[in-house]
Amino acid sequence: MNVELRNIHKHFGKVHANNDITLNIPAGVIQGILGENGAGKSTLMKVLSGYIHADSGEILLDGQPVRITAPADAIRCGVGMLHQDPLDFPPMRIIDNFILGQPGGLLPNRRQAEREFHELRTRFDFNINPDAYVDSLTVGERQQLEILRLLWLGARVLILDEPTTGISAAQKTKLFATLRILAEQGKTAIFVSHKLEDVEELCHRVAVLQRGRLVGEAAPPYVTDDLVRMMFGKGIKLADRAALSSGKCGLSVTDLSIEDVRLNLRHISLEVNCGEVIGLAGMEGSGQRQFLRVCGGLQRPVGGHLHLNGHDLTGKPYRNFLDAGVAYVPASRLEEGLIPGLTLTEHFILTGKQPGFFINRAAAQKRTEQGIEDFSIRGTPASQVERLSGGNQQRALLALQRSPLNLLLLEHPTRGLDIESSIWIWGKLKERCRQGTSIIFISADLDEILHYSDRVLVFFGGRVSEPLDAASTSVDQLGQLIGGKGF
Amino acid sequence: MKSFRWSTVGFQVLAVVLALAFTSLVLMIAGTPPLAAYANILNGAFNSMKSFADVAVAWIPLLIVTAGLLVTFSAGLWNIGIEGQIMVGAIFTTGALRLLQDSALPSALIIVAGFLAGMLGGALWAALAGLLKIYGGVNEIFGGLGLNFVATALALWLIFGPWKRPGVGSMSGTEPFPEALWLPLLPGTRLSGWSVAVGLVGIIVIYFLLQGTYFGLRLKAVGRNARAAFLLGIPTSMYGLLAFLICGALAGAAGAVQVTGVYHRLIPSISSGYGFLGLMVAMLVNYQAIWAVLVSLFFAALNIGSIQLPIVLKVDSSLAGVLQGALVLFFMLMDGVRRRFQPKS
Repeated sequence: MNVELRNIHKHFGKVHANNDITLNIPAGVIQGILGENGAGKSTLMKVLSGYIHADSGEILLDGQPVRITAPADAIRCGVGMLHQDPLDFPPMRIIDNFILGQPGGLLPNRRQAEREFHELRTRFDFNINPDAYVDSLTVGERQQLEILRLLWLGARVLILDEPTTGISAAQKTKLFATLRILAEQGKTAIFVSHKLEDVEELCHRVAVLQRGRLVGEAAPPYVTDDLVRMMFGKGIKLADRAALSSGKCGLSVTDLSIEDVRLNLRHISLEVNCGEVIGLAGMEGSGQRQFLRVCGGLQRPVGGHLHLNGHDLTGKPYRNFLDAGVAYVPASRLEEGLIPGLTLTEHFILTGKQPGFFINRAAAQKRTEQGIEDFSIRGTPASQVERLSGGNQQRALLALQRSPLNLLLLEHPTRGLDIESSIWIWGKLKERCRQGTSIIFISADLDEILHYSDRVLVFFGGRVSEPLDAASTSVDQLGQLIGGKGF
Repeated sequence: MKSFRWSTVGFQVLAVVLALAFTSLVLMIAGTPPLAAYANILNGAFNSMKSFADVAVAWIPLLIVTAGLLVTFSAGLWNIGIEGQIMVGAIFTTGALRLLQDSALPSALIIVAGFLAGMLGGALWAALAGLLKIYGGVNEIFGGLGLNFVATALALWLIFGPWKRPGVGSMSGTEPFPEALWLPLLPGTRLSGWSVAVGLVGIIVIYFLLQGTYFGLRLKAVGRNARAAFLLGIPTSMYGLLAFLICGALAGAAGAVQVTGVYHRLIPSISSGYGFLGLMVAMLVNYQAIWAVLVSLFFAALNIGSIQLPIVLKVDSSLAGVLQGALVLFFMLMDGVRRRFQPKS
């Protein structure tokens, strides 16, 4: 389907999130939308999918002007959007979630829907069980479910907002193959990303947004430097790796066993030195998250021991982990990390020292302004966190972490962030390492894992590899391990 | 920012207008001239010092209950069990007074003991709802509703059983306490200066607790996102329970005011529906303690002002409830409309 956006404007208060954007996407094309955080990519896509209203502008599908006022209108017109944070219903079964958006009919035809779910699932080789509950899925699997659902509802334009950040390399390959097939069938895919390599590999055309404006379009062969310049107005290079690990303190994990709904992890042993960075690689749902949660005291292991700086923390409540200088930064920022409705200042008050009974607003204000400056958060102390863009929420979440810390645990620290922000955030994290904080993080981005980790653990179906030295491991080797080869 | 505020006020004024229009419609269907009815309500509430004192008699327990509910609302809890908490507070107060009335203690001390017992009773009843939620997985709305019925049954059993009047028990309640155990009344009224003091102190303490303390902010954090609050290191279950305890203690204090300051005995309807009315006030004022003072005064005035409606205009006094309910509904409706049409900032 041919998609045409004409003169789209959208304001959020003083921010001009979309400024006169005109874009024409022919049928059968995979269109890339590039831009840094807050450039207006998500806003534009939400306008197209009916999730928010444009202040002015027109949308034409196959040359016909359409009025899209709700996601239901959009899907009726054949426009389906896969959101950055999947929108689904955690306490429901996957199959019910799948049927949910189906229009009409008082009694859904369950059996047929189940059959079609199986067909779609098999076609794209997605490994999700229709009878499981949605809250047992990882973000990556929830994205897969959402893709299936939208295709099943008859989406002919598929909008994907940062789809590759949550999923593994193998899943990404599958996704790209899927999108190519869909494009051949004449469907339109809009691929929103800040990942240059993904866009370059997949997209037939690219449009670049910067601060709400469409600043340029490109077609293959792409010149990476040009794209970067369009996104940021300047070129960027990754920071150099610095060897930091030293000393014999930090986290010690001995013979740890973890049981979860579909996973049994056995006999994990690991010594993490002060200031060391451990990357956890593997497909979504291979046990990294469970391991990280056990390290943070959020889940109890069924066997083994956990020591931090010589203190035995095995089986202790989360409170003791906090007291021991452990911090856990979750991936879903607005669900687990931040508190919608409260301002940045209030977050800083909650996470700071709380002397006495009455709040010292002036001191908190000062601390917040400092944090906003240190972490380059685009917002004011009085901004409510849900009004910040995704990247700024992540910066805020990191700015809120206490200092000093002994152990910092991060789920996908740079998911959904542009390159500049990622580099910058890792700069901040490495600063903490120099102060002696050990870091364990999960990422689906293999480059991120290899570049920033000292050592890497690979998870596959509940098994855990020996710690690999990141400096002497290649992306290919890591990819093979993630795929289960070499265990 | 300024214009943003003004449009919010505009929507709220519109809500009041619509609520009045709706109530007028109900009145016209009933064949009563609306303006006469409103004039009568205002007249009934404010025409003399005595009637205004009557309004204050209803206002104080409502204000205390609302103060408590602001705490549970902040923690994201629907304390429907508030009625039962008032009731059990009144029962505990009555129990303490009965126990001590024949002792040699000074009566002021006995009244203070009665208040403390009432707060304890309310807090215990609220703690039950809280524990059911935290450890039993029973939603506080269902737990509270069930406990309300149990509390009513308990009061009835006491009034007709162990605490019945000499001779035969009746719906008129237990034997009234000697006058020495009444809260001293302002001359010529049924209002006690002491209960006014309790009410105002209650709402002021809650205002500062919610606005200015770490405790209040943590409570809000738990109410808005318990998972994130837990990760940030706030013991969420404990804060939920504390919110219940504070709200229950205040509800119990309201029950104590009813026993020592108004009825001087335990009656089956001792809570007078102030719990549910307080829920409406708390919803209407949207966490703002200052507004709770004015709105609860207004609701109390409606209740008292409408009492003479049956005599003058042959309209049932439940008209006040229609107007109160309509206000809450239209406020929420207009808030929804505002969110929809006002650009996000």
